[in-house]
Amino acid sequence: MRRFASAVVSRLVIIVPYLWLFVFFLVPFGIVVKISLSAPAMSMPPYTPAFDLANGIGGLIDAVRQLSFDNYVWLTEDALYINAYVSSLTIAFISTLFTLLIGFPLAYGMARAPDSVRPTLLMLVILPFWTSFLIRVYAWIGILKPEGLLNQMLIWLGVIDTPLIILNTNTAVYIGIVYSYLPFMVLPIYSALEKMDYTLIEAAQDLGCPPITAFWKITFPLAIPGIIAGCLLVFIPAVGEFVIPDLLGGSKTLMIGKTLWSEFFNNRDWPVSSAVAVLLLLILVVPIMFFQQAQAKAQESGR
Amino acid sequence: MKSLGSIRRSFEPWNDPDAKPYIRFDGVTKKFGDFVAVDDLTLHIYHREFFALLGGSGCGKSTLLRMLAGFESTSEGSITLDGENMAGIPPYRRPVNMMFQSYALFPHMSVEKNIAFGLKQDGMARSEIDDRVQSMLKLVKLEQFGKRKPHQLSGGQRQRVALARSIAKRPKVLLLDEPLGALDKKLREETQFELMDLQQDLGLTFVVVTHDQEEAMTMADRIAVMNYGRIIQIATPAEIYEAPNSRFVADFIGDVNIFDGTVVSADPTGTELDIGGGIALRSDNQTNVKAGGKASLVIRPEKIRVSREKPADTANAMSGEMWDIAYLGDMTVYHIKLESGQIVKASSLNAVRIVADPFTYDDRMWVSFDTDGGVILGEE
Repeated sequence: MRRFASAVVSRLVIIVPYLWLFVFFLVPFGIVVKISLSAPAMSMPPYTPAFDLANGIGGLIDAVRQLSFDNYVWLTEDALYINAYVSSLTIAFISTLFTLLIGFPLAYGMARAPDSVRPTLLMLVILPFWTSFLIRVYAWIGILKPEGLLNQMLIWLGVIDTPLIILNTNTAVYIGIVYSYLPFMVLPIYSALEKMDYTLIEAAQDLGCPPITAFWKITFPLAIPGIIAGCLLVFIPAVGEFVIPDLLGGSKTLMIGKTLWSEFFNNRDWPVSSAVAVLLLLILVVPIMFFQQAQAKAQESGR
Repeated sequence: MKSLGSIRRSFEPWNDPDAKPYIRFDGVTKKFGDFVAVDDLTLHIYHREFFALLGGSGCGKSTLLRMLAGFESTSEGSITLDGENMAGIPPYRRPVNMMFQSYALFPHMSVEKNIAFGLKQDGMARSEIDDRVQSMLKLVKLEQFGKRKPHQLSGGQRQRVALARSIAKRPKVLLLDEPLGALDKKLREETQFELMDLQQDLGLTFVVVTHDQEEAMTMADRIAVMNYGRIIQIATPAEIYEAPNSRFVADFIGDVNIFDGTVVSADPTGTELDIGGGIALRSDNQTNVKAGGKASLVIRPEKIRVSREKPADTANAMSGEMWDIAYLGDMTVYHIKLESGQIVKASSLNAVRIVADPFTYDDRMWVSFDTDGGVILGEE
């Protein structure tokens, strides 16, 4: 009897995370998918059909019949959405590249630092999280605006005569994304490099590798899992980023997050904005799934 | 022909005044901040020698090896290899290879790629690399494992890959840092002999760092016993064991009995030592001790005989009681407590299976040894 009870308990423990994911992820996602298949309406809720059992099972079946892919077709017909997707992916890609270029040396330096200072360095990377993300992005306005800190300093140093226009351009968006997401790049790379045994580098040198070759042949390949994790952690949220392009970007900055916002709040078109969200998810998830499958296969064949 | 220990040597360039040392450490000092890891050390190693650096942790043996490999610079003094001064030459240009204690196999490369790594760096032709890798795999008996990754191998197999990788480039000197430390006892003993054979076949110079005296004794032509960054004694294993030059060496290598006393007489025929309690011990050994000075007689357990009756014709005999007996299979170790309270360790080979009258606890015993059994060490 006791064994039976403990079996039930252990099942329950496993169920908890699944239940969590089901209630807070799968169900809302199902609702979003359903809304994306509906038509906009001047009502409350602002779409039709609404599923309810007032008209019995027959009414429900009738409601399901009314669902259509019109919104998705609409997304492909209007260049605005396609441009927004492409522009979002481009901005996210370039930002990820810059984050990697800045993050890798940072992580490398941290991993090679003496044991005594490493916790401090790690703390410094995490420190920005203690301030609200929104406030930190706002602070960049103060730095980047024409009469802001950066321009004042450059003029004072005599590097430039007239203030640079950075705020409300794509450059500002890049700066904002790279700044905000840097810790997400640094931490996984750091953890990959920190695990690495330094005698591997010595072994490579002993076998005739100058330090730079040893870096590319040993350190870099061993950091790849961390690099991939970091890039995904930066790229995925950057694609859907709304706050940074809204605050730092200009009217020309086209990103899917902003499009989604204006569909939802300005046009009050819930079905189209839901379709935008679902499509964004597919664009991100499908390639990552293929990628992970390929990686698992590569690992399998390595055995 | 008489010789120290049960071994006759044909290879002993260190006794040949015309032989040129292959590796020279001349007055080498290494400091890490205030800590002196290696202290004004001079050491000459000869071509094709299997040389062991033996000592406890922190004695400077690994630092010495790392200086030879080029991972550490010398604070003072010079290191010369085959006539070439190694100062300022980075590790990747030195004609030495190292087998690391942790093996340091590249986890993202297969066994073959690991072994080929150094050869590729040298820009060797592809076909030649393949041939060399295959012959190395054959040498370490891992032909079927070439495609595996290091994490798919056992500890012993990994050790072999590390060995194959470090000799693939045919270095002038192979450095081995605790090469067998991670293996279990049985595998370690097998591998010791394999390493010796390999060194003979390849005709390479091996320098091995170890804290395991048995490992050093088995494999090395000569051993340097180190402590606090200095060499205490350099000699063949037999000399180190049978004629230690200090209490440290005597105590570090194997088991030993040490009798402290006052020198009664010392002359070319031998030394007599008063160890108190009216007991005087004689040894043929002559060290520069003077009558009236303090000295010790150092003797190995297997040189001591144990008997119930006082032996008639022995210069050195002491009585005591049987304190502990450890039966080890091939031999038995007796601990006998003398009247003075000192415990003497004596070991005897179990040459017969059935013993008529075995010794047991609390028996009255005599321990005795010959005058050539031990060595006299003066005060240090």
